Amino acid sequence: MTGLVTWAAGFAALCFVAGMACAAVRLLKGPSAQDRVLALDACYANAMLLLVVLGMRFGSVLYFEIALLIALFGFVGSAAMAKFLLRGEAIEP
Amino acid sequence: MMLDNLPDWAQVMVALLLAGGGLISLVGSFGLLRLGDFLQRLHASTLVTTLGTLSVLAASMLAFSLAWRRLVLHEILIALFVTIGAPVANMLLARVELYRTGRLPGRERP
Repeated sequence: MTGLVTWAAGFAALCFVAGMACAAVRLLKGPSAQDRVLALDACYANAMLLLVVLGMRFGSVLYFEIALLIALFGFVGSAAMAKFLLRGEAIEP
Repeated sequence: MMLDNLPDWAQVMVALLLAGGGLISLVGSFGLLRLGDFLQRLHASTLVTTLGTLSVLAASMLAFSLAWRRLVLHEILIALFVTIGAPVANMLLARVELYRTGRLPGRERP
């Protein structure tokens, strides 16, 4: 079974790119602000998974570091934007 | 090529986990595009951060551990951050939706 995992990694990467496209469409046409924040969050999650799959495909650990940073900053950004929409400011005095 | 030197059972398991995680994430993102209400869309997009992420990270751990012949567990860090972060962000977004549509009791709209 040569190339089975390579094909599966390509399929998964294609799925994540299609998911990012769906999230980008929702980001552009989302009726409310929280829709856009949610779409950006989904876009971040799909990009992180895409980087993990690319790291497996090319056998490198460098992609993992980028995926870790994206996971961290995606959460911080979504939480800050949700807090801003909820209270009017992100960091309260 | 690292992935083609794995044993056969590991290749099948890694391929199944990768394809399953990709399909589940695609279903979640398509639901984010397709569903009608914000709370329904919130429900759909959690599919990406729970089952999709966990299956892809499990595939990565399995593949790297078997390819390098030692225990590679640094994907647990990503799983930890996603498991802590995504519910907090989604809960804040649900509160935002309730607040901005005036359904959160005890507060008036800005």
